[in-house]
Amino acid sequence: MAVTDQKDERVKEISRFRQSLIRPELGGIVGNIAVFTFFLLFAFDSGMFAAQGVMNWGIVSAQFMIIAVGACLLMIAGEFDLSVGSMIGFAGMMIAVFGVVLAWPMWIAIIITFALCLAIGALNGYIVIRTGLPSFIVTLAFLFILRGFTIYIPQTLESKTIIGGIRDAAEGDWLAPIFGGKIGQPIFQWLGDAGIIGVFERGNRMGEPVVDGIPMMMVWAVILIVFGHILLTKTRFGNWIFAAGGDAESARNSGVPVNMVKVSMFMFTAFCATIFAICQVMEFGSAGADRGLLKEFEAIIAVVIGGALLTGGYGSVLGAALGALIFGVVQQGLFFAGVESSLFRVFLGLILLGAVILNTYIRRVITGER
Amino acid sequence: MTEPLIQMKNIEKHFGSVIALAGVSVDVTPGECHCLLGDNGAGKSTFIKTMSGVHQPTSGEILFEGKPMNFADPRDAMAAGIATVHQHLAMIPLMSVARNFFMGNEPVKKIAGINFLDAKKADEVTMAEMKKMGINLRGPDQAVGTLSGGERQTVAIARAVHFGAKVLILDEPTSALGVRQTSNVLATIDKVRKQGVAVVFITHNVRHAMAVGDRFTVLNRGKTLGTALKGEITPEELQDLMAGGQELATLEGSLGGTV
Repeated sequence: MAVTDQKDERVKEISRFRQSLIRPELGGIVGNIAVFTFFLLFAFDSGMFAAQGVMNWGIVSAQFMIIAVGACLLMIAGEFDLSVGSMIGFAGMMIAVFGVVLAWPMWIAIIITFALCLAIGALNGYIVIRTGLPSFIVTLAFLFILRGFTIYIPQTLESKTIIGGIRDAAEGDWLAPIFGGKIGQPIFQWLGDAGIIGVFERGNRMGEPVVDGIPMMMVWAVILIVFGHILLTKTRFGNWIFAAGGDAESARNSGVPVNMVKVSMFMFTAFCATIFAICQVMEFGSAGADRGLLKEFEAIIAVVIGGALLTGGYGSVLGAALGALIFGVVQQGLFFAGVESSLFRVFLGLILLGAVILNTYIRRVITGER
Repeated sequence: MTEPLIQMKNIEKHFGSVIALAGVSVDVTPGECHCLLGDNGAGKSTFIKTMSGVHQPTSGEILFEGKPMNFADPRDAMAAGIATVHQHLAMIPLMSVARNFFMGNEPVKKIAGINFLDAKKADEVTMAEMKKMGINLRGPDQAVGTLSGGERQTVAIARAVHFGAKVLILDEPTSALGVRQTSNVLATIDKVRKQGVAVVFITHNVRHAMAVGDRFTVLNRGKTLGTALKGEITPEELQDLMAGGQELATLEGSLGGTV
């Protein structure tokens, strides 16, 4: 064989500009530009881009981001989790049951809830790898099982489906503020005093800034995105996630512990759902049996908008975060723009379709799929 | 002749009532390409899976570097230096060449006590190894899906050799390739052999076997039909042995020796 050093004449040179565009996150970036342009044009005066407005859609986006990170890594590892929404409801209800009904200290309730949900995540994964059934079916079963328990348990214990009093129960607890608190209050107070963000002008909170801190929901979103991104792209475990989803058999042949990777990703998804749930119950002060409904689909849509492949082996955590941002901005933005809220779905459908078509094209260019 | 690196003696493998291997003996020496020929169902795959630790033999003995060996699973065999390049390649098309190259053996560097992927090292090693094998990549981040079938085989072989394979088992590496890609892969086999690696080349294509093989063993219905040295046997004889003797011989006339 002639060892040639010249370039293959059949490989077209790709311009640097084009190459910099060709990345999995492109669909999410373009979608965000489109969405922000739209709302800057049509809802600029509505207060959507004032501090309070930003906080409004920011927190909704952060919620989507938390579950999207888990769904993204799991999807790249080649599996789905349809039980995310039910897990959110279940985890929140467990906090209420342990912390309010049984009146255990909140930190114990939180730790036990985490342990329980991670165990259920592991069970999901274990059943999938043991039986070889599609995770779609296994986790669909858990969607019903967990939702059923989430309704049954409070019904039996308290004869109601919403349990309140969580905020009182969490009062003075050392662990609860990590999920329900806010950070950066002094900075926001200073911003308010300096007139950069608005302050309440009357009422008992007069003089306080309208936004008095960053909720932990947002902090968790950032932590999980950074963690997920580094894990996926900068560690050997990340390489195993790609490999497990790309072709489990090949990965096994190369010595990748595929089963361990998949089970741990199911557990990570459950972890994200639990964080979501605990932040939510701390914020609302109550746990409801209908919390988290349809969240699994919203997470999956955010991940797909973000450039991940439904069949696994390809995707980006940053892309998923951008997809979640689109979701949050559109959902809250239409309200600001005074558009009929049912159009949210139309708009979302169009964004989903557009982003996925763009992503499919990009992926073909990168990976040589035909 | 040098000492055999791996010796498989009277290997039998039964799956329930099915006897897949009924006493097969093969040995391979360093720097040699031992071709294992056989038709579909002859037991080639079972045999190499036994050699690479996927199956445990029902009876028989495996000597590796003169010592009896019992591989509990493929990782054991891999750790000992037996690498298999499978029919389905163990390459992931969606992943970059560098990520594929180091899949399962990723280089790490410690930053603040945490192990991070050493992407720079992975990229450099991949580019260097690919250049050695005569493949020019656009970059280490090029996806394997954009490579041709022959190039993928070469990446897989280069990877196995880089990670210290002493015995390289190639499971029908040329069966799905075009003429030019096949010759590239055969050239790669030749390079690897010259580095002192013992190559076990499974094929049912006699011409591919003759091109690089030093010795030839034919399997038929779970049995060895003998081992021949290069030059001792003609392609036609090999072909006949693979087909079990008669059937193909009678066909040959009507096909005009084209098979």
